[in-house]
Amino acid sequence: MSDVIVFDRLFGAGHGVEVHGHFVRGRAEVAGRPVAVIGTWDSAAVDGDLALAVSGAILEVVAEDAKRTGTPRPIVFIADTEGQELSRREELLGLNGCFAHVARCVDLARRRGHPILTLIHGRAVSGGFLAFGMLADRVCALPGAQVRVMDLRAMSRVTKIALDRLEGLAKESPVFAPGADNYWRMGAVDELWPEGGADWDERLAGALDAVLSASRTDGRAAVGAERGGRTLAAQVAATVLAA
Amino acid sequence: MKTKRVSYFEASARTRVAALVDEASFTEFCPPELRLTSPHLARLDAPVGFDDGVVVGRATVDGRAVLLAAQEGKFNGGAVGEVHGAKIRGLLERALRDKPEAVLLLVDSGGVRLHEANAGLIAISEIMRAVLAVQAAGIPVIALVGGSCGAFGGMGIVTRLCDEVLMSEEGRLGLSGPEVIETVKGVGEFDSRDRSLVWRVTGGKLRRALGEATGLVDDDAASFREAVIACLDRGITGRDALDDLEVLQAAQQGLQRRRERFAETRDGLEVWRSAGFPDPQAVPMLTADAFNTQLAGLQAEVQS
Repeated sequence: MSDVIVFDRLFGAGHGVEVHGHFVRGRAEVAGRPVAVIGTWDSAAVDGDLALAVSGAILEVVAEDAKRTGTPRPIVFIADTEGQELSRREELLGLNGCFAHVARCVDLARRRGHPILTLIHGRAVSGGFLAFGMLADRVCALPGAQVRVMDLRAMSRVTKIALDRLEGLAKESPVFAPGADNYWRMGAVDELWPEGGADWDERLAGALDAVLSASRTDGRAAVGAERGGRTLAAQVAATVLAA
Repeated sequence: MKTKRVSYFEASARTRVAALVDEASFTEFCPPELRLTSPHLARLDAPVGFDDGVVVGRATVDGRAVLLAAQEGKFNGGAVGEVHGAKIRGLLERALRDKPEAVLLLVDSGGVRLHEANAGLIAISEIMRAVLAVQAAGIPVIALVGGSCGAFGGMGIVTRLCDEVLMSEEGRLGLSGPEVIETVKGVGEFDSRDRSLVWRVTGGKLRRALGEATGLVDDDAASFREAVIACLDRGITGRDALDDLEVLQAAQQGLQRRRERFAETRDGLEVWRSAGFPDPQAVPMLTADAFNTQLAGLQAEVQS
C-alpha cells in the first residue's frame, strides 16, 4: 500500500505527513488533536543517519512544545523496518550508540508528557524496532504487519535446529516464531488491527485515548503473563525483588 | 588479599563478580539452587543453566553498596532469554527500591537468544526502559565490557545507555557482530576471521577514542575493580541531566559531527590517525596506561 493511501486512511485528507526516502515526518490531527508523526518507511534498514533523523525529529517536537503552553503533543511513531543496517562503517561509528541516543530521546519525550504511540506498518524487525518503536506506551500492528527478530530459516541455520521442528514448535509457542499475534500474546503489541477495516482513523483515535488514560510505566511483562504468552518474565522479576 | 591476576576476558561470570566486589560481600538473588531454567531451551532439547546464564545480586565495592548482574558468556553466548532478561530487569527494579550507590552490569552477550527470540527482544526493551528509570531516579548504571562475547545486539544498545562504560581492549562493543555482517553482506564488507580488523572496528581502544567507553583498562579483574571505584569516587549522580533537552541536543550534534568527520572511515586505524595518535599502527599494542596517557592530550578533539 502506498504511503499516500496509508497516511490518508490514518490521518484523513489534508494531513502533512511526508516520506523522504525511508524517513517519515509530519504533522496531522487525530480526532481534532494535533499530533507529531515520526518514523521509518519501506522496510528501512536503519543506519545512523536514519536513527539520527528520528532522534532529531523527536527533539524538535519536544523543543517546540517546551516553548508553548498547553499539553505536549502526542508522538505517533510509524515503524517499518527490516532491522539495523549491516555494515562495517556503521559498526565502527557505533550504530548501537545512535540507537541508545534515540531511546534516550524517546524517554525524554515521555517524561516531558508526550504520549507515545507506535503503528507498525509492514515490518518491525529486531534492532530497528528496539531503537524506538518498541519503547512506545502503546503499540498497534496494522493489518499484515510482521514482527520478528529473524525468520525461521535463518534461525534454523544459526541454532542448528531443523526447520520443520521449529515450524512445528512455532504453532504451539509464541516465544520464537515471527508474528504480530505472538508479540500480542507476549504483551509487546497492544492492538492487532483487522484486515480490510475502513476505520483506521477511529482506531487511531481510540488508541491515543488509551495511551492518555493508561499508566506510563512498563507493564508489558504483566500483560504477557495475563495473555499466557510470557508466563515467567513477571514472576522471575518478582522473585529477584523479593529475594 | 587479592594478588593473583585474573584475566577478566577468560574468567567466568562468578569469578568476575568475586574479583570485583569486597571479599564475602556478595549475596546472590535467585541462586542456582532455585533452578530458574529456561523452559524454551528445554523444549528445543538445548542445554539449560540453573542460573540461565546470568548472576544477579548485591555486594559492596570499596564499602559502597551496589547491585550487580553478570552475564555468563560461556552459556549460549550470554544471550538474553525470558528468564535471563527478567533477572536483569528485576535487579533494576530492585535498584529503584533499594537505592544502591550504583548498578553494575557485567555485560558479556551477543544479544537476543534466538531459541526464544521474541521473549529476548522484549526483555531487552524492558531492560532499556528499566535502565532509563534507574538513571532518572539518580542512580548511576555502570557497564563493564571485557568478556569473550563483548556487548552486541540489544545488549550493545543497553551498554550505551549506561552512565559509564568501562572496557578492556579485549572487550568489544557494537550492534551487529562481524560474523552476521559477513554472512549477509559478504567477506568483502567485513572479514570476521581477520581478528585484528575486528578489534580495530569494535574493540575497547576504538570505543574509548570515540568517547563511547568512558574508561579503558587492562584485561585484569583488579583493574576493572579500580575503575569502578574511581567511578563511585567521582560520584556520578545518575542521569538527572537526561531530562535536559540541551544535553540531548548537544549529543545529537556530536553524533552528527562524528558521522561527517569519519564519513569514509571503515577501519579504526583511520580514527587513531585522524585523532593524532603519534603512531596509529602501534595503538592496538599499547597498554591501557600508555593508551590513556596518549589519548589524554587528544581527547576533546576526537570526540566531537
